[in-house]
Parts: sequence; C-alpha cells; structure tokens
Amino acid sequence: MMKTMDKLEEDVEAIEVALLTEGIQRRYGFDFRDYSYPSLKRRIMKRVVAEQLPSVSALQDKVLRDSACMERLLLDLSINVTSMFRDPAFHVALREKLIPSLRTYPFIRIWHAGCSTGEEVYSMAILLHEEGLYDRCRIYATDINESVLEKARGGVFPLSAMQENTSNYLAAGGNSVFSSYYTANYDNAIFAPWLRENVVFAQHNLVTDAPFNHFNIIVCRNVLIYFNRELQERVLKLFCGSLEIFGYLGLGKKESLKYMSIAPSFEVVDEPERLYRRVAA
Amino acid sequence: MSTAGDQSRAVRPRRVRSLSERRPVSLIVVGCSLGGLQALQVILKGLPAGFQIPIAVAQHRHPKSSEVLAQHLQRSSTLEISDAEDLQPIESGHIYLAPANYHLVVDRGSLRLSVDDAVQYSRPSIDVLFDSAADSYRQRAVGVVLTGANTDGANGARRIREHGGLILVQDPKEAEAPVMPEAAIAATTPSAVLTLVQITEYLTDRLEYEI
Repeated sequence: MMKTMDKLEEDVEAIEVALLTEGIQRRYGFDFRDYSYPSLKRRIMKRVVAEQLPSVSALQDKVLRDSACMERLLLDLSINVTSMFRDPAFHVALREKLIPSLRTYPFIRIWHAGCSTGEEVYSMAILLHEEGLYDRCRIYATDINESVLEKARGGVFPLSAMQENTSNYLAAGGNSVFSSYYTANYDNAIFAPWLRENVVFAQHNLVTDAPFNHFNIIVCRNVLIYFNRELQERVLKLFCGSLEIFGYLGLGKKESLKYMSIAPSFEVVDEPERLYRRVAA
Repeated sequence: MSTAGDQSRAVRPRRVRSLSERRPVSLIVVGCSLGGLQALQVILKGLPAGFQIPIAVAQHRHPKSSEVLAQHLQRSSTLEISDAEDLQPIESGHIYLAPANYHLVVDRGSLRLSVDDAVQYSRPSIDVLFDSAADSYRQRAVGVVLTGANTDGANGARRIREHGGLILVQDPKEAEAPVMPEAAIAATTPSAVLTLVQITEYLTDRLEYEI
C-alpha cells in the first residue's frame, strides 16, 4: 500500500508540469509542451522557488491570472546562455569550409534562429566583415523572447566578458584587433553600430511560427537541446524547407543530425563542428 | 584499499548471487570531482567486460577540456566510453560522460544535454544528472558519489533515495577529497558506504540490468 501511494506521489510533478504547459499554451499561446522534460522541470522549479510558491500547481494558478508572472516565467524558460565566438572551432570551420564557397554568391541570406542576447550574431558579423563578405549579407536574427532581442539590438555587453571574448575571438581565427569593434564605457562594451547594419532582429517562435524566407545559411546553436525529439524533428524540417538547395546548417557542438529522420536530406560538411549542407528535400 | 582492513574485505571470497537475489537496475549515475579520474579508473578496471548496465558520469571538468578524458578512461575499460551527445539512446554496455560545459541529464532512454546555468558553480552538475535519473528511473536508478572537494551531488543523492533508488558513497576515509562523499552521507541515508573496490563488487554482483 505504502509503495503504491509513493508511486502516485512521484507522478504528481510530471502531471503538474504537463498541466502548466497546457495552460500556458491555451492562455498565452506560448507552446512549451514539447520541450525536453528534465530541463523544463528544472527551470519551472526555479521559478516556483523564486515566487516563493509551494508547488508547480500554485505557479499555474498564478501564471494564468498574472501576466507579469508569465513574463518572468517566459524569461526563465526561453533564455539561452550565449557568448561571443562560443566554441571557437565552429567559427574556424565556418571560415575554412563555408566562406570559400560563399565568395561566389552575390548575396547571402543568413538566419540565426534562437539568437538570445545576440552575442553570436555580432560574432558572425565580425567574421563576415573580416572575410570581406559582410556587405552582401543579411542576417535575420530571431528569438521567441522580445526582451532578449531588445538587448541584442542594443549591442551592449558586460566589459567583464571581453577578456574571455577576446581569447575566443583569437582562437576562432580573428585577424584584427577585437577591441576595435567596441568602445568601453564604464562596465560596458558598446559594439559598433555598423556591425548590425545588415542585421534584422525579429521575434519568431520556432515551435508555432511558419518559415519566412529562403536562406543560404541557418545557424541554430544550443536551442534544439531544449526540445523533445518530436519537436526537434519538426524544427529541423522547418529549417530544411527554409534552406536553399546546398544551403548550410550549423548546430550546437553536441547537437547532431545523426539521430534524426531528416539526416538523409543533408550531407556532412564537418561532423565535429556540426556543419551540414542540404542536398535534398 | 587504503587500510589493511579494507584490503582483507576486498579479497574476501565473493558469494555468487542468483539472479533472483539481484536488484533490477536500468542506469547507474556516477558523480565525482577532485580525484575523480583516478577513482573512476579503479572502478572501470574492476567492471567485467560483459557488464551490461549503462553508466552516466558527471565528472567536474574544465569548460574547455576536450574529448581526451573519454580516450584516457577508455584505456581502463573494454566497455565503450564516450562523451554524451544530445538525444543519444542509452545503450547497454556503454559509459557516457557529461561533456565539458554541458549538463548531462537522462530522459527515459535518451541522453539530453543543456547549457543552463551552472549549479553549485558546476556544469556539468552532479545534482542535475542525479535529479533526472531519479525522475526517469526511480527505484531502478543507482547513484554513486565519489571523491570531490565540494557538495555537488548531495541533493541529487537525496532525490534518488526519495524515489526509491540506491545510493553508494565512497568511504570518505578512502576518498582523495572527502567533502563530496561526506556531504552525500549528511544529506541522505546512503544504501552503503564502500571503498572503490567494494563499489565495483556491489555493481557487478548485486545488480541486474533491466531496461
């Protein structure tokens, strides 16, 4: 008897999380139902503690009636950690394996999906500038979360991060002086406005929104890891349909197409750096 | 291993247990930090070639460390050892390491990664891994807390116990850094406190793989 009661007890949290995401979807339209459970649960529990609530059910009660609470939860659920030239080897691979063929393109459309606060978008702009391609590029940088996009548009990052960023920049094959791209102002590094001249920051929800253009490159790093398998498959299909034939897809360091049913539509450009190229529908 | 008493226990003739005496287990999760590499090697060397239960390891490591950790550990084992990838299926006879700068979690048969904030200054975090193992596998999860100089893993160990799983803790007297095993012992009632050799025996003799 005790054992069965315990088992019932244990299932409650998973039920609560499912009810909360269902409620959010119906009330606000944000769809977290197909997010990866372990990470989703951790983030929700963090908000439960921060709101000083006893349970996920109590959070559900509050979120459905209080949109400010929903805003805070949305931040918890949607912010992804990012930094400039994150994984330098990925950027080296971009320089060595993508840039040579991009030189033949008259115009290059890039979609950076899930750009968060924009650090990797500025990194990409710097890389393209140094390769002499930035003037013919347009980068569409999207995220589900409007407040991180606001930050990205500002291009102001903590000065304290610049030491790490500089070493990443150099390891990523940077061939200029990193500090020439920003001006230091108190605790902030303000990035040069020309770096976002060819960038469009816009809200886009990978889970619910339709494709909006055709691209030569799609970069989506450390976003898919928060989705369950079905949602990853769906989003990858969206990417595939949004890429030109022979367009490139760049994923996060530990995200691979190899467990995905869409894999045959792509060829591997660089497996360790997760660079792929669309070869079929 | 460190004292004569431990040695004599380690060479005691082992009773072969029938299958019905073994506990069905789906996954072993291991957490370690300072001194963990050496401790892991002792355990890996002791596991037999046909050891079936998959093992997921959160060893604190430098954010920029490469996959040489897996290659290095591979020398101690015939089981397949690799850094975990997102959505990789959990397979029998495999040992998966949390990659540098990622949290490793398990989700009913698959490995998942995240770049969420560090927990207790650690990414990978042992608590995060153990917590997910408790959620996914309940009484079929076994957690092993080894040497380490911080308290990561204590909360996760408690969660595994609360969900009916087993927790084995390295004897703090034997551990290179006793803080981590001591914290786990303080946070919960471990199923057993053992030397590394005894932990290996426990895993080999008393558990049975069941998906």
